[in-house]
Amino acid sequence: MRNANTILSCYHCGNQVPDQSIAIADKHFCCTGCKTVYEILNDYHLCTYYDLNEKPGLAQNKVSRKEKYAFLDNADIEKKLIHFSNQHQSHVTFYLPQIHCSSCLWLLENIHKVNDGIITSRVNFPKKEVFIVFDHQATSLRKVVETLDGIGYEPHLSLNEISSKAGSKTDRTRWYKIGVAGFCFSNIMMMSFADYFAVSNTVDPKVAFLLQTIIVLLSLPVLFYSATEFFVSAWNGLKNKYLNIDLPVALALAITFLRSLFEIFSGSGSGYLDSMSGIVFFMLIGRWLQARTYQTIAFDRDYKSFFPIALNVVKDDRITPTEISKVKENDLIQIYSNEIIPVDAILSKGNAKIDYSFVSGESLPVQVNIGEIIYAGGKQLEGLLELIVVKEVSQSYLTNLWNNPVFTKKEPIKKSTYDTIGKYFTYVVLALGFGAGLYWYGRGEVTLMWNAITTVLIVACPCALLLSENYTNGNILRIFGLNKFYLRSPEMIERLSKINHIVLDKTGTITQTNGANVRYTGKVLSKEFRRIIASLLNQSSHPASKLAAGFLNEKKLSKVVHYKEIEGQGIEGWVEEHHIKLGSPAFIGGAYHPEKPGTKVVVFIDGEIVGEFIISNKYRFGVTKLIQSLKKKYSLSLISGDNDTELQNIEDLLGKDSEVLFNQSPQEKLEYISQLQRKHDRQVMMIGDGLNDAGALKQSNLGIAVVDAGNNFTPSSDGIIEASKLSQLDAFIQYAITGKKIVLFTFAISAIYNVIGLYFAIQGILSPVIAAILMPCSSITIILLTYGLTEWAAERHGIKELHNQPFPNPD
Amino acid sequence: MSVLIILLIVSICISGGFLVAFLWSVKDGQFDDDQSPAQRILFDQKTNKK
Repeated sequence: MRNANTILSCYHCGNQVPDQSIAIADKHFCCTGCKTVYEILNDYHLCTYYDLNEKPGLAQNKVSRKEKYAFLDNADIEKKLIHFSNQHQSHVTFYLPQIHCSSCLWLLENIHKVNDGIITSRVNFPKKEVFIVFDHQATSLRKVVETLDGIGYEPHLSLNEISSKAGSKTDRTRWYKIGVAGFCFSNIMMMSFADYFAVSNTVDPKVAFLLQTIIVLLSLPVLFYSATEFFVSAWNGLKNKYLNIDLPVALALAITFLRSLFEIFSGSGSGYLDSMSGIVFFMLIGRWLQARTYQTIAFDRDYKSFFPIALNVVKDDRITPTEISKVKENDLIQIYSNEIIPVDAILSKGNAKIDYSFVSGESLPVQVNIGEIIYAGGKQLEGLLELIVVKEVSQSYLTNLWNNPVFTKKEPIKKSTYDTIGKYFTYVVLALGFGAGLYWYGRGEVTLMWNAITTVLIVACPCALLLSENYTNGNILRIFGLNKFYLRSPEMIERLSKINHIVLDKTGTITQTNGANVRYTGKVLSKEFRRIIASLLNQSSHPASKLAAGFLNEKKLSKVVHYKEIEGQGIEGWVEEHHIKLGSPAFIGGAYHPEKPGTKVVVFIDGEIVGEFIISNKYRFGVTKLIQSLKKKYSLSLISGDNDTELQNIEDLLGKDSEVLFNQSPQEKLEYISQLQRKHDRQVMMIGDGLNDAGALKQSNLGIAVVDAGNNFTPSSDGIIEASKLSQLDAFIQYAITGKKIVLFTFAISAIYNVIGLYFAIQGILSPVIAAILMPCSSITIILLTYGLTEWAAERHGIKELHNQPFPNPD
Repeated sequence: MSVLIILLIVSICISGGFLVAFLWSVKDGQFDDDQSPAQRILFDQKTNKK
């Protein structure tokens, strides 16, 4: 803030206040939406919301229309949303993507002050969900939703969430497993102390017997409950003829267990059950760390979550909200401002300006005339429309994309580097074990032979590799998460590090969807000319005219006569005795030769070209720098569904070696990626934002979706990055590469412990005490090393500044 | 030494009690959300006007 007197920011959302017309006392607002929210909160004495955090709200530039949630009165839809109901109360859970700070939490849990019918509400912060219990006699589902919407938290209601309501429960089995393993491990350790420190024959045989019985009993739940996932995963790997890292782990666990049982029951020793349960405990914690960061984000949303739940169907002059799956061909439907059209339909009434940027990548809205078709996925910008349904949701143009086999085929199991290392590790260990066994057998020492074989296998379990992989990836995912970069699973870190070709989408990915840059070149415009041009522009609703008019920003306008608009070409008319034409170069006439292609509006007054407005895309912050640094390391391509008006700028940005393609359909994008993979054997990363990229994202080795803050839709992808963090992408990739080195380094360090263990094991003299010392030492070394190294690397790559801020405010 | 046997059994029972308490709290959903309770505790409880 340079000067507090001139720059005012909205009391609600912190956006810049354009003029001071919207204000209450000394509090200024950027729009009426924000003001309304403030008024509601003020009325109900909920202004603590503004005390907890400064300017905690999100911009409320749209005000919901009155009947927007009428469909929630429909009993069928209501039933699908409410998950429990008795005579007195109903329970419902909403997904509120707006939740971002402690103010949100406070407000949503005090929402009963706004609506008396709400009994309690509870926020689940990481999931961005609110669980509401309400009295359905005092209020209704619709009113609850309207209350939420009124205070700026519009619930995300969609078909998808409805159909998978039951699946939203958290999986708690991992907690149970960790708890059980931890309990058994610590108790077995304690029981074993007697044995570690015992001088021979000082322990009472009765006590010794009891101790060993307890140890065996405690080890059973560890092996047969907590460690089951290692056996299951190993078995699945074997079934698919694939040796994964869990196989040697499972093998080592089984051998340790059997050997220990044998020792205990034959009375020859006390077994290694303490080490076994310890390693299971540490491995489970590693897996939990890995999983916790991404479990709450949905990566598999398809077009359905993008669509509304219900549509207004007009029948015999009556409007009935109808569930979207029940909308049939030839139904007459209504679409309001800022709503998505979920079906292919023909326009029958209204002024349609459709924003297809999300489905096709076109950056400018499209004007549709009555009788023309509007495709599913378009968004109406302003005003009410009436449409006749041509194709239902399940058959529309957009849905067809999802019938591509890419979306249905099962993902092949990809071997990770660690699996391969684990495999060789196993071979070496088996060779060593049997080598030692043969040696002792040759010398006639059969007991020592068995000792050597089994203990070598026990010591050499690649648990260390698994541990370093899990702990490193866990922390990397956490750091990525703090940077608003979310990966679907830990395997994606490895894929990220292997990328060698990056494909970018244009609209919405490297450019912003809202807003464009307008520039004027040519003769200096006099005041009169500015007025004339603005007056004519004001007549047209074409997006280019609107942008140019906004650029001139003239308040006083003159009368226009003989106004004529030629669709997609330009406009023409007489203002203040001047003949003026505005439009594309083709519209103005032959004498004009543009230097550079681009979207432009040529100004032609009284038979002379005066100048031109050049409209170009607004690039996201930091994109230029990002592309320049990526260009040096990777081959780049850009594929866009938009027209090629931006070609020149893009080519300047990407350089000559990169391929740039425009007017690509979603199908073509998908094929482009698969061709790169097949013909050129590339590891492709696709960065896109919209539904038109969905196929390409899926086909690529690593698909990253770019989302704007507050936007709740992301196509199916392997990772999600917030638009404001896109500029850091290069640092993220480099960090992933470093991460891999960290895993290998830690593994090498911890292998020292294995070598010490092997030294004893090969001689057949590995005692339980040595194992019990080596195991925790190795595990703790790994945990400390991986944590320290990943944190250090994050700092080196400059992606650590967000730490210690669990509740970061946007921007 | 038989006192040791009793002590062992008692100690296992006590720690078993803690395990049960932990499993119970997980089942109750206490581990589902590790962020909001940390914030919730900081909110001032204004005197209820109702």
